[in-house]
Amino acid sequence: MERECAPHRAAWQKAGRVPPEAWRKAGEAGLLCTKMSPEYGGSGGDIYHCLIIIEEQVRICFNEIAFYLHSDIIAPYIELYGTDDQKQRYLPRMATGEFIAAIAMTEPGAGSDLQAIRTSARSDGNGYLLNGQKVFISNGQVANLICVAAKTDTTAGGKGISLFLLETEQAEGFTRGKNLNKIGCKAQDSSELFFDNVRIPPENLLGGVEGQGFAQLMRRLPEERLIMSMAAVAMMEEAVKETAQYVGAREAFGRKLADFQNTRFKLAECKTKALLGRAFLEHALDSFLEGTFDTTQGAMIKWWTTQRQCEVVDECLQLHGGYGYMMEYDIARRYADARLGRIAGGTNEIMKDLIGRTL
Amino acid sequence: MSASAKAANDAPRRALEFTDAHEIFRASVRRFFETECAPQQHAWEEAGVAPRAIWKRAGELGFLCPRVEEDYGGLGADFLFSVILAEEQARAGVIAPMLPLHSDVMAPYIANYGTHEQKQRFLPGMVSGERIGALAMTEPSGGSDLQAMLTHARRDGDDYVINGSKTFITNGACADLIVLAAKTDRGAGGRGISLFLIETDKAQGFRRGRTLEKLGQKASDTAELFFDDVRVPAAALLGDVEGRGFAQLMERLVEERLMAAVSSSAMIDRALALTIQYVKDRRAFGKRVLDFQNTRFRLAEAKTEATVLRVFLNRCIVDFMAGELDAATAAALKYWATEQQCAIVDDCVQLHGGYGYILDYPIAKMWVDGRITRIYGGANEIMKDIIGRTL
Repeated sequence: MERECAPHRAAWQKAGRVPPEAWRKAGEAGLLCTKMSPEYGGSGGDIYHCLIIIEEQVRICFNEIAFYLHSDIIAPYIELYGTDDQKQRYLPRMATGEFIAAIAMTEPGAGSDLQAIRTSARSDGNGYLLNGQKVFISNGQVANLICVAAKTDTTAGGKGISLFLLETEQAEGFTRGKNLNKIGCKAQDSSELFFDNVRIPPENLLGGVEGQGFAQLMRRLPEERLIMSMAAVAMMEEAVKETAQYVGAREAFGRKLADFQNTRFKLAECKTKALLGRAFLEHALDSFLEGTFDTTQGAMIKWWTTQRQCEVVDECLQLHGGYGYMMEYDIARRYADARLGRIAGGTNEIMKDLIGRTL
Repeated sequence: MSASAKAANDAPRRALEFTDAHEIFRASVRRFFETECAPQQHAWEEAGVAPRAIWKRAGELGFLCPRVEEDYGGLGADFLFSVILAEEQARAGVIAPMLPLHSDVMAPYIANYGTHEQKQRFLPGMVSGERIGALAMTEPSGGSDLQAMLTHARRDGDDYVINGSKTFITNGACADLIVLAAKTDRGAGGRGISLFLIETDKAQGFRRGRTLEKLGQKASDTAELFFDDVRVPAAALLGDVEGRGFAQLMERLVEERLMAAVSSSAMIDRALALTIQYVKDRRAFGKRVLDFQNTRFRLAEAKTEATVLRVFLNRCIVDFMAGELDAATAAALKYWATEQQCAIVDDCVQLHGGYGYILDYPIAKMWVDGRITRIYGGANEIMKDIIGRTL
């Protein structure tokens, strides 16, 4: 991270993407697909490898690099649900970074309400014809392997959804829209994707059986939310650390900012939130490794940590005064980047809905 | 309850190792609070104090000072027994008798710092409930700022002569054994503070002021105490060495704050259980109050906060039992737990509508009773100061 990513931060943010070469370097360094079985070229690690990568990128304030999306969110779809042939074809090249993956669920008319998607995959006996459009797709500009959620049966609700593996090279009828201009996460490309009679061979239906998509997505979401909370907790800790340094050095009215009671109290509050977040995360990781981590826990940790993250980063920015508003200060970048956490991975309102159902 | 909700509830407890012995103890503690204390709360509120008989009853059942060693009449139980007592007292909505103050705040001073003679002399009575304990630190002019205390103990031959006054003393009206903080050396700051064991029936010149009328917790007696040339023997000095008081108080505060959080966490659980039941039963605009999205979201938030707190609390209990809970973490826990308690109980009052304002409803009582938690055990501002110093 320090050698290969940090020096390019400004350039990649300006370009709006992490270039494919960087992905391949990450693959060479063994930083992609750390959890994947060595049989397919992965490192055979566990969720703590993901945690380490996220903590390290947050530490250098390169919060938005989406290696985790590729490695720990998308690759597991193929490893867990794919056919042998699909695993052989895609996983090794995902581990090297030759394939950069995206997952396309959200549509202009359907975000958290996944069952309302309209993209369709019509079978014509010789494969599927994909029609529709997606939006806010992370890695959408650089990805050459896209896991697309589409309806194979438009009358069956959730049970009509299937996932397809689309290789974008030579995919006729597939176009990418512009790289969307986001509030933060500037080096993370996000796109609209358009599918106009895109032909997908039958062997690229994930798992080979139609109608499994919704269940597959739902089963993976708790882990995805756990991964998001890693970044949230790490960012709270970094923000407190950076701000403590800043207020220890900066002077106003003849004394250090740290010597004002308000400064100490605000930082104490932030530190407390970070402490609770870390304890909750460690507990969740234990549950995850034991196999008991469930939808409710995933919803709780996701909304709580991303909400607290935004509060903490906002307080820390405030303590930086005018400098906090300048993008050259990490805290400003964190502020912009953090805001996404309360929306992505199912909005926090959806999280509360999930928890509310268990009352 | 769905399987996943159950898992979310059970999971955070795993860190604590409750054995069958703990669970048997919990069941009898629960029965005691529910059947012998909860129905009397109103009467004891009117009286402003719980009767001595209930203290003796708690003693008979083994519910006082369970951690005191068997040599001194206790059970030699572990910290989790104290946790169970505090949780069950909170769960039953029992304010008085204020057992944790007696067993977990006051008695450990004697058990940890007392001489063998002091332990032998006082602990068995505290275990049986014949003696009721209080801890007198706060003064009219000095609360969280302990070093500013004015109460003074002057050495006079084989005795000490004590002058000063204390206020906000829990169990102050009923206690007959008081751990009193006083300065033995006015020039030495914290190092000039010593603790004394005051037997009130033998202390000439000792006087209790009025029982203070509080915002809540009305069944618990809180009093002013006055010391006017009170003469005590040198053996009343806790632990036999002067000047240790401040360090002893500071050392004990970690556990006191941990226990405060145990109570807060249990109060939050109780508030949530009451409110979830209420919004399921109560109808408005043709549907259950629970069926409104705002209700579900507020309760989902509160449920999450309760879970996060429980995870952190359990971690702190485990660390404490291993001797590893530091002052800043305990401060963070106390601050957070009590803030959450007040915020969640306030939300719960709101979800009860007008009934939430009526003191016949337990949630209303929890609202007024809870406010003190952000002040006692060191105000939450002091907690932030302690955390802030570590940054």
